[in-house]
Amino acid sequence: MLEIIKGYYAYFFLVAVFCIGLFGMMVKRNLMKKVMGMSMVQSAVILFWIVSAFKDGATVTVLDPARAVEDADLYLNPLPHTLMLTAIVVAVVTLGVSFALLIVIYRRYRTLEEPLLLEKMQ
Amino acid sequence: MMTSHIPLLIPATFLLAALLIPLAALLWRRLSWLLAVAATGLCFFYAVKGLAHVTTAGRLHYHLAGWQPPFGIEFVLDPLSAFFSVFVTGVALLALIHAGRVVAHEVSGVDMGFYALAMLLLAGLSGMVVTGDLFNLYVFLEISALASYSLIARGDPRAPLSAFRYLTLGTTGAAFYLLGLAFVYMSVGSLNLADVSHLLPDVGDTRPVLLGLSLMVLGIGLKMALFPLHAWLADAYTHASSAATALIAPIGTKVAAYVLLRLMFFLVDPQYLRDQTPLPAIVGCLGAAGMLWGSIMAMCQKELKRMLAYSSVAQVGYIALGIGLASPLGFIGATLHALNHACMKACLFLVTGNFRVRLGHSTLPRLVDDLRRTMPWSAAAFTTAAISMVGLPPLAGFFSKWYLVLGSIQQSNWVFVAVLVASSLLNAVYFFRVLERLYLTPLAPPDDTDVAAAAATREAPASMLAPTLVLAGALLVLGIFNAWIVSTFINPMIPSRLGW
Repeated sequence: MLEIIKGYYAYFFLVAVFCIGLFGMMVKRNLMKKVMGMSMVQSAVILFWIVSAFKDGATVTVLDPARAVEDADLYLNPLPHTLMLTAIVVAVVTLGVSFALLIVIYRRYRTLEEPLLLEKMQ
Repeated sequence: MMTSHIPLLIPATFLLAALLIPLAALLWRRLSWLLAVAATGLCFFYAVKGLAHVTTAGRLHYHLAGWQPPFGIEFVLDPLSAFFSVFVTGVALLALIHAGRVVAHEVSGVDMGFYALAMLLLAGLSGMVVTGDLFNLYVFLEISALASYSLIARGDPRAPLSAFRYLTLGTTGAAFYLLGLAFVYMSVGSLNLADVSHLLPDVGDTRPVLLGLSLMVLGIGLKMALFPLHAWLADAYTHASSAATALIAPIGTKVAAYVLLRLMFFLVDPQYLRDQTPLPAIVGCLGAAGMLWGSIMAMCQKELKRMLAYSSVAQVGYIALGIGLASPLGFIGATLHALNHACMKACLFLVTGNFRVRLGHSTLPRLVDDLRRTMPWSAAAFTTAAISMVGLPPLAGFFSKWYLVLGSIQQSNWVFVAVLVASSLLNAVYFFRVLERLYLTPLAPPDDTDVAAAAATREAPASMLAPTLVLAGALLVLGIFNAWIVSTFINPMIPSRLGW
């Protein structure tokens, strides 16, 4: 049991973050809170990739004369990190578009509470 | 020389056009429309040329910056992606020609933004089709999704809220795709689609891969509006401007269906997937449920665009059912239906745009029979597409349904056969309701305001009528030549391990 917690604790946290994000998106009635939930879901997935590339005792992929070049276990896989840079850009752009939409909605209806919004739209 | 660059040229031309349009609009506002149509026409030309090359001389690979496939990003035109890029660019070309007047009428003042975003949308969609890299596919998926959120947000006053809902759901779908991809990458160690499918049989523990694949299918199912993940679609399509709907509705969900085909037929062995997981069966059953639910909801709608949106949910169900059969006949049915439905739905939405521009609304109870005299060609195009939707030969819609029924019978899946027949009958109910209003109601009294409006109207202008009629004609041509399309284009794309 302790072994599992020690080896996988980061994943447990990420699952928790992912589920809290989904919960926020589905249950919260305020549109801004939905955006926060969406952002948590995205961050959890990005961190999942980063954590998956982690190796105990390994370093960045820059040649270190003190270390052996042949041993792949001494170097991290840089690909997930670079891919997630792109994913972070995507997440930022999504946030930007969602804030723009929220501003339009707020200017028109003066509220971001979903029940009130639906009432005003009738 | 140029032929080998076609896989890259299609998305790159769209991206370049998206950058040029804001500059061109500074010179002359109408130039943005001309540039968008020209770029799409050029890409359609490339796609046709690529398809001709793929059918005669084999597939095209383009390695970005010269990096070899497992390390670099690869763009591929194989029979499946060439076929999809032809009809995606073709339908988009007609929708954009049509959009010229609709944009000026419905979202005037932002036409530069509309065309620039439309180009970004098409860059994303065509990029999803041609890319051979699973992470690159995610990037293109987000490009197309972000462009479509912004396109959908302009329309009637409710459009921003429906666009916001689409944004939250669509982003979650993409996040699920990325999460699933992490599992696949952790197990296989490659992101190239061909490389992953090559390495998969050697992976010892396939459970993470199957879990990852299920998450990816879930994410793509959201994008594709697979029942019960379709909640965003109806509002998003109803409240957006007619031009945005006519552009996004026919091809957006089709490209998601293409990704589903890629994942379930090319990434993994479909036979293995069917033996190990209930995933194909689930996708097929959800498709069948969506066919019934979408049709029933369509019957209850009073607004033409909303009815067509629910009908899209039903039609996506047909494609999902074909994918779920995981057999050669199901594959043919799904691919052919993607093509047919793109043309049918585009035609129907273009006619809705014609009604909106001329009458100012597209509410069913307010459509009067005078339209058949004042707008005869639009009404005729609608009728052709509606009959094709119901599935009467020799129009295109019949043949894809025929392959789906054959595939279901081959697997003795009588429930699917019954659902296919029932859904076609429901299609008949909601489309004949519109046709009845257009053709069969007795003449209304002339003092009614709607009748007066209809009598005063004229047929849509040529730039809107021509694309509508081309699509209606295409339905007849696609129906008549369906055997040739299947044998020339679709048979070569069926993966060999499906045992065809």
